[in-house]
Amino acid sequence: MSLQEFWDYLVLGVMLGSLYAVIAIGYTLVYGVLQLINFAHSEVFMLGAYGSLIVLQLVNPGDNPTAVASIGFVALAMAGSALFGGVTAYGLEKVAYRPLRRRGAPRLIFLITAIGASFFLYNLAGKLFGRDPLPLPEMYDNHNVFTIFGAGVNITQLLQFATAVVMMIGLDLVVNRTKLGKGIRAVAQDAEVAGLMGVDIDKVISRTFIIGGVLGGVAGFLFANLNQVSYTMGFIPGITAFAAAVVGGIGNIRGAMFGGILIGIVETMTVPLLGDEWRSVSAMVVLILVLMFRPMGILGERVGRAA
Amino acid sequence: MSTTTELQKDAGTAGTSEETLLELESMRVFYGAIEAIKGIDLTVRKGEIVALLGGNGAGKTTTLRTISGMLQPRHGQVLYRGERIDGIKSHELVQFGIGHVPEGRRVFSTMTVRENLEMGAYRFSSVDSAEMDRVFTLFPRLAERRSQQAGTLSGGEQQMLAIGRALMGKPELLLLDEPSMGLAPLIVQQIFEIIEEINKQGTTVLLVEQNATQALGLANRGYVLETGEVAMSGPAADLLADSRIREAYLGEGAA
Repeated sequence: MSLQEFWDYLVLGVMLGSLYAVIAIGYTLVYGVLQLINFAHSEVFMLGAYGSLIVLQLVNPGDNPTAVASIGFVALAMAGSALFGGVTAYGLEKVAYRPLRRRGAPRLIFLITAIGASFFLYNLAGKLFGRDPLPLPEMYDNHNVFTIFGAGVNITQLLQFATAVVMMIGLDLVVNRTKLGKGIRAVAQDAEVAGLMGVDIDKVISRTFIIGGVLGGVAGFLFANLNQVSYTMGFIPGITAFAAAVVGGIGNIRGAMFGGILIGIVETMTVPLLGDEWRSVSAMVVLILVLMFRPMGILGERVGRAA
Repeated sequence: MSTTTELQKDAGTAGTSEETLLELESMRVFYGAIEAIKGIDLTVRKGEIVALLGGNGAGKTTTLRTISGMLQPRHGQVLYRGERIDGIKSHELVQFGIGHVPEGRRVFSTMTVRENLEMGAYRFSSVDSAEMDRVFTLFPRLAERRSQQAGTLSGGEQQMLAIGRALMGKPELLLLDEPSMGLAPLIVQQIFEIIEEINKQGTTVLLVEQNATQALGLANRGYVLETGEVAMSGPAADLLADSRIREAYLGEGAA
């Protein structure tokens, strides 16, 4: 691998990793408040992509939109994906998980419900939207805008990376600076005591799902913008982002960001070194290594109930 | 089975009024099929410190948890200022002015001292800095450690933080669940002095303790629970003088 190739793939890896990071946050946030691996999160991601597709088909960008119009189309597509993602996640919590919580169901039941919800949602999407992959309509004329270390970065990649970074910074601010964020952290640590402080646990859990859903939905749009929209598109990125969340330390938001970027780089670097077919394998190898030597994840702490 | 002994005598203590704040009426609480609280009656009047005593498994913590809405009574009722509060969820109950310092402190260990105190004021739209200053005056140790993570504090400091956190919600009635548990005698002494101070400043206290001598030294009245029932109740001084209490809870052999 030449030095130039190294930079090319590193840049690609960081870009892909930023997307994994955003999806991983959705897993980690929900895990924090419910100790649940929300396997249906990959479907939130997929439906977010359909949200942007539906909006774009409605507004129909046509050929060669102006720069201003392009920005508008991107914003609309993003809003569509955020809406679909947020609503899906909200509904998922309300319909699938809340009734279990009311009955005090064991963890395993939550997990099976999550997997069931995932199957339901992607089959539903296949039925509603068709089973053929569709590209997103072109919103802008894609071309290279600049190069870092000789690696070209085009508009699509820049959009993807910048949006991911903005969302991560925004989320970090929400969690660390706002009252809702404090409520989320308190529920994650000790829900019962949070309740004693006046935190409405149901509301906090519901909003946590919405936040994770919006992030996941927008990530779906960004991913579809690079590839295509299909009802099965959620599975692989979902599993990979879940691995990233575990690698970083599940329950830890900054860990999810870090894990996402790391897995993105490792996966992408695998392509020139071992070949494309080893991509997903390498991500899982990282997961296994981390679980062997640092089971709580790289930035993870003991995710305990009240000490 | 156990005979309820009423030691009726006017407590005649300063600072208390006839106004009833909290009333439990033949309250029964179950864990599944197991009856943990077998119908207890208990009143707390405004301004009092009431001690709730008893050994392990007597139902002290269950009683507190039922008052603050974490458990629901199956029979009987819980009244606060004459209004039924059983069935109300704990996060709504905070609005009534009931603060609860849970057993085992349970501070938010990855949050700083300041953030923990802010959590205590969650029910308000903004944090009252005067209230936080008051807490820091009561507990100067917390002021020194305000930017430190709560998990790094000593047991005594965590207990202070748990009490301070509850005070941030400006409770009218403070439920304290074994604040002396696992602490060195000197620290216990400090904590009890602070509880007395908090009470003098106008907060009514319902204090659950295994440490009967110290709790009764502080309290106006006391209740002794045995396997989910009130075995004895009365003014603290009388309970302290009662030979059965001395035998059972103060570690003195039969006279």
